[in-house]
Amino acid sequence: MSKLFRLISWTQKGDANVHNLTPITALGADTPRIDTVAGVTCTEVSDLALASVAVRLGHEHAAAKSLKSLLNAEAPDVGKALLAQPYSAVWVGPDQWMVGADTASHELLADEVKTALGATASVTEQTDAWCCFDLMGDGIGGVMELLCNVNFRAMQSGDAARTSIHHLGCFVVCGDPHGFVRILGPRASAGSLHHAIVAAMHSAL
Amino acid sequence: MTQKNRLQGGQIDRATSWKFHFDGKQYEGHPGDTLASALLANNVRLMGRSFKYHRPRGPLTAGSEEPNAIVQLRGGARQEPNTRATTAELFNGLMAKSQNRFPSLAFDAMAINDRFSNFLTAGFYYKTFMWPAAFWEKIYEPIIRKAAGLGALSMKEDPDVYDKGFRHCDLLIIGAGPSGLMAALTAGRAGSDVILADEDFRMGGRLNAETFGVDNMTGADWAAQTVAELRTMPNVRLMPRTTVIGAFDHGIYGAVERVSDHIHTPDAGKPRQILWRIYAGKTILAAGSTERPIAFENNDRPGIMLAASLRAYANRWAATPAQRIAVFTNNDDGHRTAADLQAKGVKIAAVVDTRADAPRSDNFEVLQGAQVVDTKGRLGLTFAEVKLADGTMRTLECGALGVSGGWNPNVHLTCHQRGRPAWNEDLAAFGPGADLPPGMSVAGAANGDMSTHGALSSGIKAARAALGLKGKAPKAPEAEDTPVTQTPFWYVEGCSRAWLDQQNDVTVKDVKLSHQEGFRSVEHLKRYTTLGMATDQGKTSNMGGLAIMAELAGKSIPEVGTTIFRPPYTPTAIGTLAGRMRGQEFHPTRLTPSHFWAKERGAVFVEVGNWLRAQWFPLPQETHWRESVDREVSQTRASVGVCDCTTLGKIDVQGVDAATFLNKIYCNGFAKLAVGKVRYGLMLREDGIAMDDGTAARLAEDHFVVTTTTANAGRVYQHMEFVRQCLMPDLDVQLISTTEAWAQYAVAGPNSRALLQKIVDPDTDMSNEGFPFMACANITVCGGLRARLFRISFSGELAYEIAVPARYGDALMRRLMSEGEEFNVVPYGTEALGVMRIEKGHAAGNELNGTTTANNLGMGRMVSKAKDSIGSKLSERPGLNETDALKLVGVRPVNDSDKITAGGHMMNANGEMNAATDQGYVTSAAYSPSLGCMVGLAFVKDGSERMGERMRLTSPVTDLTVDVEVVSAHFVDPEGGRQRA
Amino acid sequence: MIINHPLLGPRDSAEFVYLGDASLMERPDPETASAEDWHAYAYLRDNPAGPHRELWWHEGGDRSWLVVTRNTVTHEITKVEMARDVARKLGSKA
Repeated sequence: MSKLFRLISWTQKGDANVHNLTPITALGADTPRIDTVAGVTCTEVSDLALASVAVRLGHEHAAAKSLKSLLNAEAPDVGKALLAQPYSAVWVGPDQWMVGADTASHELLADEVKTALGATASVTEQTDAWCCFDLMGDGIGGVMELLCNVNFRAMQSGDAARTSIHHLGCFVVCGDPHGFVRILGPRASAGSLHHAIVAAMHSAL
Repeated sequence: MTQKNRLQGGQIDRATSWKFHFDGKQYEGHPGDTLASALLANNVRLMGRSFKYHRPRGPLTAGSEEPNAIVQLRGGARQEPNTRATTAELFNGLMAKSQNRFPSLAFDAMAINDRFSNFLTAGFYYKTFMWPAAFWEKIYEPIIRKAAGLGALSMKEDPDVYDKGFRHCDLLIIGAGPSGLMAALTAGRAGSDVILADEDFRMGGRLNAETFGVDNMTGADWAAQTVAELRTMPNVRLMPRTTVIGAFDHGIYGAVERVSDHIHTPDAGKPRQILWRIYAGKTILAAGSTERPIAFENNDRPGIMLAASLRAYANRWAATPAQRIAVFTNNDDGHRTAADLQAKGVKIAAVVDTRADAPRSDNFEVLQGAQVVDTKGRLGLTFAEVKLADGTMRTLECGALGVSGGWNPNVHLTCHQRGRPAWNEDLAAFGPGADLPPGMSVAGAANGDMSTHGALSSGIKAARAALGLKGKAPKAPEAEDTPVTQTPFWYVEGCSRAWLDQQNDVTVKDVKLSHQEGFRSVEHLKRYTTLGMATDQGKTSNMGGLAIMAELAGKSIPEVGTTIFRPPYTPTAIGTLAGRMRGQEFHPTRLTPSHFWAKERGAVFVEVGNWLRAQWFPLPQETHWRESVDREVSQTRASVGVCDCTTLGKIDVQGVDAATFLNKIYCNGFAKLAVGKVRYGLMLREDGIAMDDGTAARLAEDHFVVTTTTANAGRVYQHMEFVRQCLMPDLDVQLISTTEAWAQYAVAGPNSRALLQKIVDPDTDMSNEGFPFMACANITVCGGLRARLFRISFSGELAYEIAVPARYGDALMRRLMSEGEEFNVVPYGTEALGVMRIEKGHAAGNELNGTTTANNLGMGRMVSKAKDSIGSKLSERPGLNETDALKLVGVRPVNDSDKITAGGHMMNANGEMNAATDQGYVTSAAYSPSLGCMVGLAFVKDGSERMGERMRLTSPVTDLTVDVEVVSAHFVDPEGGRQRA
Repeated sequence: MIINHPLLGPRDSAEFVYLGDASLMERPDPETASAEDWHAYAYLRDNPAGPHRELWWHEGGDRSWLVVTRNTVTHEITKVEMARDVARKLGSKA
């Protein structure tokens, strides 16, 4: 039977977007949701492609080297994120990272990363495992302290932490301690996470 | 002027007048008032009735230690019982009611209890309501509840929201009195990250209540100036109206901020209160001290209050309970009250001082060596009876009596981790012990530094020590530095109905009775008399009770010891602890990728863990859920149905050793599974009990996708990480959950292939040979979208599961429906899914219920002997492998119309039916539209050998016994031909 | 409680899932272990009033298993190790 089985590599497709299915956002709409409270905005991000990288045993050096050349920078250290284009990255665990890019140009991000890292790492598509909200404006510190136990006051640009928001395991990435934080949460609970964020905005602002 | 007892001065805004109601009557007060201060200014002393005897009561204190002035605030759904009038901040339009009285505060029918007080002594309930036992629930308890109840709940949902929040700091300072302010100033100027929390709405502590100065200004002005300076520091966060309610492990503190309690209705979106979790590097407890009363006969009348509270009302709130007052004291502090009130124009009847050598005054009479032995006044104090040093009696006319028995440091938070307070002989009081919570130090009066200068200095010292600040210490501001010594004087000799615990109505006599009846340890005393068990936690009463117990036992107070202080420091609303976790927000909701589509279709949803899943899809003409479910089953089995199975846990397992790893976690073998194939896997716990089941699909030599049941997804992932990191650390395996990344739909039924052929891109060979049963592949659909296809079947039909990235799930479902129209495709929900899996005899959560083994499930032979796996060794235990072990079978009624009840027990066809003759139990049951009767799955002793046997199924819950037949669990297509077609 | 994660620093114990005695890492050797060894491994635990080595999973964090030495009387935590490092030192017995 196995000879009849053909593993189709998605990367072989020239254009990943030739199919005729229309995506919806994590909140279930055609376009991303934006909420504004007292000058702070919460913007749903629906164009973030994600792929997880977990280094294979014994390939730590090779993987780090390949990751560095892909990211054009050292892979972020514990508790840090690389905020860059075209690839961003967040440390998520020992020898594990989440790499991000725009979906428009990197729909098949996992394949790109796997190609770059080869046998040195396990790569898994994570794009649709997560929903993403950008919180921007003066006063986000007051919102964050109602949401999670991360010490946001002490965070610098490029700091990242995994934490719990409304019982949901989330990543918090600090873009600018005075005005930009990105929150990644489980996609299926996007509605609950969004509700928690907006409720905290109304409460704190 | 309606505010008859309003004095001059004070920290109230007289330019603004606010109206408020108490027991239906309107009064006026000012911003800065508490409910208690405003009522006193309006000549209202009577604010409540006591708990047991319904005695008239007024405020004893001016703070959160208040036992008496307990009122109900607001109304409607916001009605809030058991609130202390002494801390309730006045606002315009406040509605307050007294509690525990019927029909009115001035005439309370239940006050008759007071006449029968001899019967209501300590242990009364224990002694009286013992017999007959059956009377307790129906008769005694309801009556007692009605009589002894405090305030009433609205019985409506609280319309306000409560938040939770998290703050971090280098230094948390609890209390903003002189020591707390000075500590904050010291730490703030040094640049450290400081939180200063105080339960009051005005920071300053006793400085706001006293007349003595700090640095050539009034204490209140110095406090205001210091707060203003702190407010300019970005590294200092001031948290007024915030009570630190508990000291928890490793520098975590709980604090309740009353954000909107002081306004009529919270602003839109704003919380009523916030429960903060404060992570503090270091903590300074500067909680001050609480004045303690002296017990004497009838010491609980409205108008009798702690002397320093009387002084606080006069100085801070410009209010007095009466225009003529007396003071009863055993220390110099009581004299200050007389001096301060006299300066405000209040007449001083006399200062009664227990000390023969008490200082005299030029301005008021001091009765040395005298004691108040009784009082008079039905609804408020009118006279105090004083026994003079020479034994003669004298009656003082007074509307208020300030009582001072000295001060107790507020050590509560030092004890929240089982620390014990230490006896301070100079103060005759307990101070902080040596075993403080890690990171905590104590400053000011809480540490026994009772003078203003002492408190200020200790604040500086504590902050410098906590932060390790070097260099020359700044000088503390100038302030009074009177040495304080306290000699104990707890109660007036010969008194009996002298109240110790005014909130729970515990008297000196009760403590004596407790001792007489053998309840002598402090813990017994507390529980027998209820001393200190009210909402004030005995802040003003515990010491008196201990002292009397010590005297009766012939021990010292430290020998008798104290009960343990526990959080919360002051009463905390349950709503605050719940925060946002109420109703729909109790837990987050997980929505499947087809949720919005299913909602449009009118699906009925069911909660499965946090997931909302479509349970069935009713059509307009269907009136009963069974109609919908039967239709979904029949239509799927007849043609094709689609079900969202995204909720199954999906774990990506990669690495060179992935197969070795799966061999360890599954009891059956995976090493030889070919790429492009799926295999059913059973996971055992190490004790041999089944943990979870699912499938593992091999997408590449080094890449599997494992599925778990919906309910166990999290637990299985945790288990797999445990095995990976803790048991097999040298394997090359990487795990990550992909549950939500993929929208996965089961497409089942004889036309499933035909339907999928319209979706799947043509380069995938969908023929039975090209893509056989248990095949899997990465494919593309709809013109190039990446997808995963698995040919697996839970229903027993020809079936597939197809997965696409979650954001395309909605579109894929709509496409399956439109392309499936020609096949009469039907969406089905979890009920139909359940029916079909029972019809097919597949085990699910009901069968993998934490007590069953592979052997019970009929999968004993799956446990590979060729390899070691988790649980394989202990599943070989003889006890799990006896011949009459439970085996999974099917049951169907002998009469088709009979009901099979899940949870019902299987019994032999004849003989007695009891626990000893029990043969097993039914785990799952459903009506099978395929068979036209109910069917069930059951664990039956030696069941696999009892096919065709008649048994009885009995359910004591429904009181139903029916005749059933033991059959194969595979009711539908037992040969499995359909899924392989 | 605060657990001082070897990589991430101090983290609230609310982020962790507690499993129990760290002896769970010492799974008997399936080749040589007796029935008694398996029984002891599966069912027998010490319950010390004092220092206790126990397993915590950082579910709300980096998904690492940690071996935490905690005094069960005072909650004082004296040592926190990455379980994987501990397991490697024990030697792969599984």
